[in-house]
Amino acid sequence: MEVTVLLFAAHRERIGRANTVVSLPERATVGTLLSELRSRGGGWADLPSAPAVAVNRSYANVDSELSDGDEVALIPPVAGG
Amino acid sequence: MTWSDITIDPIDPSAIVERVGAPEDGAVALFLGTVRNRNEGRPVGGMEYEGYAEMAREQLAAIVSEAAARAGSDRIAAVHRLGELAVGEVSVAIAVSTPHRAEAFEAARHVIEEIKKRLPVWKRERYLDGESEWLEGQVPVAAGGGDGYGDGSVPNRLSAGRAGE
Repeated sequence: MEVTVLLFAAHRERIGRANTVVSLPERATVGTLLSELRSRGGGWADLPSAPAVAVNRSYANVDSELSDGDEVALIPPVAGG
Repeated sequence: MTWSDITIDPIDPSAIVERVGAPEDGAVALFLGTVRNRNEGRPVGGMEYEGYAEMAREQLAAIVSEAAARAGSDRIAAVHRLGELAVGEVSVAIAVSTPHRAEAFEAARHVIEEIKKRLPVWKRERYLDGESEWLEGQVPVAAGGGDGYGDGSVPNRLSAGRAGE
């Protein structure tokens, strides 16, 4: 299956792109995805081991199971207001 | 009806106030967040707000709905702006009307505090010396329990990098 990863703010600048598509095995979790991203090296390796994540625009956690077509956003600490 | 939005356009506070109010209300509270000219002693020229707009829109609507349930009033309006803002410009506006003042103040306070906890928005200060920096944020706590961080580590290493590094 494939999921789309979105990057914002400091994450986006450190990695140098705003999104990427990742192929994952069936029943992969957010944790599986994060391991795959960090193994890419470069700026990816600097991602926190467990950043805040949203799946399809709702906050999720590392154990959340992913489905084909999900939109997964890595959420740096937020600073609205 | 509650109302909320994420926008790149300048915010008109009077237009937000006009979205609330009812014959039974005797109090209107308006909170504005504005860009200030200094942070920790450093002169600031402006602020760039970046957001995950689609999610921010949903989160802000949820925050406003929660505040409405708590306040017993559905006359709540909130808007957050994204993009480049100059010093003094309004980044967020919240208006609440209720029969009595305590509930209006309380609801406006609740909305801004929840925005700071979980709205997926980030800001980069632009300093007058030409540098800029992403401001240290809060680790968002997922609504409905669970901190979203598994091992409890602080996913904060990337939040304060200077632009261009």
